[in-house]
Amino acid sequence: MTIQAAPREAAAASNDTDLAIVAHNLVKTYPGGVRALNGLSLAVATGTIFALLGPNGAGKSTTVKILTTLSRPDSGSARVAGFDVVARPSSVRRAIGYVSQKAAVDPEATGRENLSLQGRIYGLRGRELRRRVDELLERIGLAEAADRVAGTYSGGMQRKLDILMGLIHRPKVLFLDEPTTGLDPEARAELWAEIERLAREERLTILLTTHYLEEADRLAARVAIVDQGRVVVEGSPEELKGELRGDTIRVELADGATEPRVQAVLEHLPGVRDVTLQDGAVYARANSGGQAIPVVLAALERAGIPVAAATVARPSLDDVYLRYVGRSFDAAGEKGTER
Amino acid sequence: MTALIHTLDIAGRHLRNFSRQPWYIAFSLVQPIIYLLLFGALFKRVVELPGFNTGSYATYLTPGIVAMSALFSGGWLGVTVVSDLDRGVLDRFLVSPVSRSALITGLLIQTGLVTVIQSLILIGLGVLVGARFAGGVAQVVVLVAAAVLLTAIFGALSCAVALIVRKEESIIGVVQFLLLPLTFLSSVFMAPALMPGWIRQVSRFNPLNWAVEIGRSAPEAASLDWSLVLTRGAGLVALAVVATWLATRAFGAYQRSI
Repeated sequence: MTIQAAPREAAAASNDTDLAIVAHNLVKTYPGGVRALNGLSLAVATGTIFALLGPNGAGKSTTVKILTTLSRPDSGSARVAGFDVVARPSSVRRAIGYVSQKAAVDPEATGRENLSLQGRIYGLRGRELRRRVDELLERIGLAEAADRVAGTYSGGMQRKLDILMGLIHRPKVLFLDEPTTGLDPEARAELWAEIERLAREERLTILLTTHYLEEADRLAARVAIVDQGRVVVEGSPEELKGELRGDTIRVELADGATEPRVQAVLEHLPGVRDVTLQDGAVYARANSGGQAIPVVLAALERAGIPVAAATVARPSLDDVYLRYVGRSFDAAGEKGTER
Repeated sequence: MTALIHTLDIAGRHLRNFSRQPWYIAFSLVQPIIYLLLFGALFKRVVELPGFNTGSYATYLTPGIVAMSALFSGGWLGVTVVSDLDRGVLDRFLVSPVSRSALITGLLIQTGLVTVIQSLILIGLGVLVGARFAGGVAQVVVLVAAAVLLTAIFGALSCAVALIVRKEESIIGVVQFLLLPLTFLSSVFMAPALMPGWIRQVSRFNPLNWAVEIGRSAPEAASLDWSLVLTRGAGLVALAVVATWLATRAFGAYQRSI
């Protein structure tokens, strides 16, 4: 178990060349006193996908802006691809690709022109540039639309072009700031598959920010939950969910059942804990949901309580978020705007 | 060297986008053409007053309208920067190794070329309504060059404002509250000898006026007043360099604010 409630120790041992990104105690305050980062630390191993998960306003985008040299921290330090982001911004810039929250494509230029200009900035020229542009367009399925102006692309296509622009110069580290925000579920699933494939084929280190729990779960080897400018907990999705020790059992009651009675029945069963009532259903936690559910149903039947449905669910990152941040993910997302 | 290559790359982007919407130039010419044709016709006889040193108001007005048009082309340039900012295109450039100065000078090159085309169209129209360039091709060349420098000065300043304030409304404000008064505090429409004394004094420090003076430096004589062209021209070049430097510095101000 390598859960780190305080990832600072990992960051302190930062000279390790296996780490593509190391941030130590980053603090950033905006004019007006908004403290976007409040001592954020993280460490990302080379060649892995790392997710910063949190609601809007948690400090995810500010972290990415600092790590990509767009913004500077008030205090704290960070190294990306081995270079200090404040002291060696030019070296960092050559090593990274950045895909911001907005699809940052020039709508008046074609997909190919957007990509070529981006490549030229990094010194790619002539045949080498053309080959790389064609290769990328082909790989992500934009070859047919390559000579249309990007303003005519769908949101999903613009996003793909945007990601290619971050990859044209073969960066070592790619930053994806909310890559699938605003996309429909189908386009999102497609983009997830692309990101996984690109990460594998280009052997990239990826830091992605997201406020979709399932996105972090699906893509990332490690997840850091960010709240109010700090990392609250960090680990692999499985570790984080494992921390909750057990499955969620949900029993939906038929009409006429009185919920307090149900609670009284369940609380006395062995291996069942954390019984709560919500919206006509009873939730409980059990080490093994599969073994607990027959016991639960038998007990309810003995007590004469009619049951409409019963389900078992593995814990989700949503549950993890609730546990570490102390409020539900959706409720947290209501406040504030992203900086 | 990298900065130069990047400047050409960025200029290439803006020129290509411009070539896709060449009719933009027609919109931008509506206002100067109205001044040149209607205002010019309305005030045709104003040259009968002593002080104009020419018998044709078209001859007097055309260099002024060319310079005014260049001033406004530059002034609106910040809108391009704001839209790049809003789309995130600028942030992407700023985390790349692209030279900061290239982002400004590349845009200025494209706008400068547009100013050349606009100026030549206005000069042609001016000639059609009776304007004469006694200094010949040399006078046209120095007028267009002065117009390009004027575009660069106010274009770079507009970019700097765009990076600091980051709202399209503020660019509109700059154009309305700075450029329009600058136009009236110059000899674009009226001979200096006939201006109120204070306006004449202010106009001596107005770069728009310097460009107009360069464009009129051969009103009746066949040869240009080269000392006037070179001194005013040097002033315009110096201001263009300072404004471009300021705009490049403004990237830092933007990055410190995010």
